[in-house]
Amino acid sequence: MNRFEYLRPQSVAEAVAAAAVPGSAFLAAGTNLLDLMKIGVARPQRLIDLKDLPDLDIIEQLPDGAVRIGAQLRNAELAHDPDFRQRFPIVAEALLSGASAQLRNVATVGGNLIQRTRCAYFQDPASACNRRAPGSGCDARGGDTRQHAVLGWSEDCIATHPSDFCVPLAALGAMVEIEGPAGRREVALTDFHLLPGNTPERETALGQGELVTALRLPPAAAGFARHARYVKLRERTSFAFAVVSAAAALRIVDGRIQEARLALGGVAARPWRAEEAEASLRGATPGAEAFHRAAALALEGARPSGDNEFKIELARRIALRALTLAAAGTPDRLPALPASPFAPLPGGLHV
Amino acid sequence: MSLSVTLTVNRVQHRVLLDDPRVTLLDLLRERLQLTGTKKGCDRGQCGACTILLNGRRVNACLALALSHDGAEILTIEGLADGAALHPVQAAFIAHDAFQCGFCTPGQIMSAIGLISEGQAGSDAERVREGMSGNLCRCGAYRGITEAVVAATRSMTKEKAA
Repeated sequence: MNRFEYLRPQSVAEAVAAAAVPGSAFLAAGTNLLDLMKIGVARPQRLIDLKDLPDLDIIEQLPDGAVRIGAQLRNAELAHDPDFRQRFPIVAEALLSGASAQLRNVATVGGNLIQRTRCAYFQDPASACNRRAPGSGCDARGGDTRQHAVLGWSEDCIATHPSDFCVPLAALGAMVEIEGPAGRREVALTDFHLLPGNTPERETALGQGELVTALRLPPAAAGFARHARYVKLRERTSFAFAVVSAAAALRIVDGRIQEARLALGGVAARPWRAEEAEASLRGATPGAEAFHRAAALALEGARPSGDNEFKIELARRIALRALTLAAAGTPDRLPALPASPFAPLPGGLHV
Repeated sequence: MSLSVTLTVNRVQHRVLLDDPRVTLLDLLRERLQLTGTKKGCDRGQCGACTILLNGRRVNACLALALSHDGAEILTIEGLADGAALHPVQAAFIAHDAFQCGFCTPGQIMSAIGLISEGQAGSDAERVREGMSGNLCRCGAYRGITEAVVAATRSMTKEKAA
């Protein structure tokens, strides 16, 4: 790990001013940043610790029916908040399917958004990686691509964004609130993570010195609580990143789908919202026919970025499973293993 | 820049001068306070051997910058027993043969205490296994670990009710 200067601002304004200096990085829990510093992938010259910033760790009910979630709130606190998990069970399920209890106890909402890819070649400074070292090439091409993209990738980069949390957020139309040198602004979560194109080193919409201060779920995000599931396929039972995942949320009125939301994880450099698939479900009767059609639409345009063609069919089936489970109804209590596609029977055991 | 942190570790306050901002809580415990019960396994938040309670919550000490936690209260494996009387989770690990080599055991025990106080798993073995998934055991003593955590949950809940 490189040496660094350590700063501890007392306000958002101070933090943003401090981050204007190139080489600065914000430190929240550090579960991703410190890890990357240990392996030499991140080498910030200044760490700006956000610990003392006031009022960034609260959940706020806004007058228009939106919910604002402070960027410094811990994953576990959000997932276990009784009111939040009742209104947004799909977000709680995604959060609790990610990482471990120890990590969820410290990792923050904002940190989850800006976490870096888990591409093994990005994480290995000896490998060529256009994302880590622009222009150096991409050793993932032709390498082990189980964790890599099948949608939205480019010749320069095939990495995926690893977040579970961001997948239902994309489906629910979350907004990201940002403060920076030029003041406040906000972007849709689905525009926050950038597709690689020929500038894969630009990972998010954040500019120099800009800080994510909150997430906002708009009023329209409520109303899916009864039919919303996150499903995630991983290579071991728990504590693993998604190979593919899907968040499906339905509003069913009088036996018809009034509104549908669908997003995929593990398939692209951003959580992948499938709006055409959503549109195909509007007005449909929930069932196999409509769900097969929607899942196929969600993967339209997908192509392998290496030896990972299987992920296209896998993602299609995970989308189908998520829609089917969502239609069956959100369980009163999350299953023992949140988001698992296995153990289909209530009370069934995984291990 | 002179750097220092004040931490309450196992109910004793320590002021530690740091010559370097890079020190993690794990390295501080092991190398500055000689509390080597907390283990360094992967040093990357993947194995759970370094689990401690930080302000009452289980965390990976390897991914926590010491400077960031000035004023914190920490509980490690060394702070559990009351003289010769073991903590109920320690006793349950022995009664249920929940280890072989013992390297992951301090982290497993601290994680189990965190899990029990979170109250999300109860004595449901499936939920206990999921709740303990941040702690790897290379000897594969998972069956005993699950039994020990379930038994300790029952005995501690009964104790609280009594």
